[in-house]
Amino acid sequence: MSDIRAEFARQDGHAEASFGDYVQLLKPRVMSLVVFTALVGLLVAPSGLHPVEALASIIFIALGAGASGALNMWWDADIDRQMRRTAARPVPAGRVEPREALGLGLGLSLISVPMLGLAANWMAAGLLAFTIFFYAVIYTMWLKRWTPHNIVIGGAAGAFPPMIGWVVATGHVGIEAVLMFAVIFMWTPPHFWALALFMKDDYSKARVPMLTVTHGRRATRMQILLYTLALAPVALVAGFTSIGGPIYLAVALALNAVFVIGALRLWRRGEEAAQLDGYHAEKRFFRFSLAYLFGHFAAFLVEATPWAAALRAQFAFWGA
Amino acid sequence: MMGLTHEHELHRRRFGRNLGVALVLGAFIVLIFALTIAKVSGGGVIEAFDHTYRPALDPAVNPALRGEE
Repeated sequence: MSDIRAEFARQDGHAEASFGDYVQLLKPRVMSLVVFTALVGLLVAPSGLHPVEALASIIFIALGAGASGALNMWWDADIDRQMRRTAARPVPAGRVEPREALGLGLGLSLISVPMLGLAANWMAAGLLAFTIFFYAVIYTMWLKRWTPHNIVIGGAAGAFPPMIGWVVATGHVGIEAVLMFAVIFMWTPPHFWALALFMKDDYSKARVPMLTVTHGRRATRMQILLYTLALAPVALVAGFTSIGGPIYLAVALALNAVFVIGALRLWRRGEEAAQLDGYHAEKRFFRFSLAYLFGHFAAFLVEATPWAAALRAQFAFWGA
Repeated sequence: MMGLTHEHELHRRRFGRNLGVALVLGAFIVLIFALTIAKVSGGGVIEAFDHTYRPALDPAVNPALRGEE
């Protein structure tokens, strides 16, 4: 086999994209979180959905998340090129053309939304369409470059998947879906601001108005603490709804206690101390934030099992 | 020893990409097929109209169809 384009590709240093590069455009790590939270939303909801319908719905929600990831990478290529954390992404690295990322994002959006409507219901499809629009247009094109509250408002996009999962199963939005949404929504700012604290030069170099850049690092530490304190009651209240129970409540109490202690530690730390130990506490807080979210949603899932229901029945509050 | 044809790294990438797309499309077809089966059989046993008289479907015979139970 011979191809003259192989020689051109070698000369201009522009490698042809591999399949993995297109997978990277879909932000697989974000997608895995979306799949997990949407699956929990679907499984904890009261429904008799056919397993194939449930599987298809989760796949289409994941495709929708991938679509918004590709659209984000298309629009943000200029920012990504300047940040160490994102410079190796397929578009800024030159492995994928920006218009290919745009095409993939639009194509997957046009497949995932109608297919979710057909597989589950049109309310879930509408929510998925709104999520893609919110992440790609409201967050990526508008908020991210305009306001330090980008993460706060934009966090809604990441909070929708469990709500979509719930709507797939039930056809309507219940208080439980709203609380699952609220947990992720309130969790997002401390999670990303902790990242911004130790990725200190990235955002200022790319001129992204992250809170650390516009209001300083002291204010960011304070905001992390405030959001962490506001998150705790939201997470605990979910324990008293139909998706909660004693197991969830115990897990939520422990995780929130550790999270608040971590936020307090960040708030008390000065910049010199952080620099001295290479932002050890900030990195630990960031890693724990992932475990925090996973722990809460795993606990929701445990509460949906029959043996957890039997345990719940022993308590007057949940058993009633 | 060099062969008559030259296999460039680009060709390997292209093959991998084509294979990936083929597998994704195959998986999509399987998913749609499974979804169709699940949707169609979701309502229970399918009874197509068979052009023969069935008393159960005749309002004159079946009072439930007339709204009288």
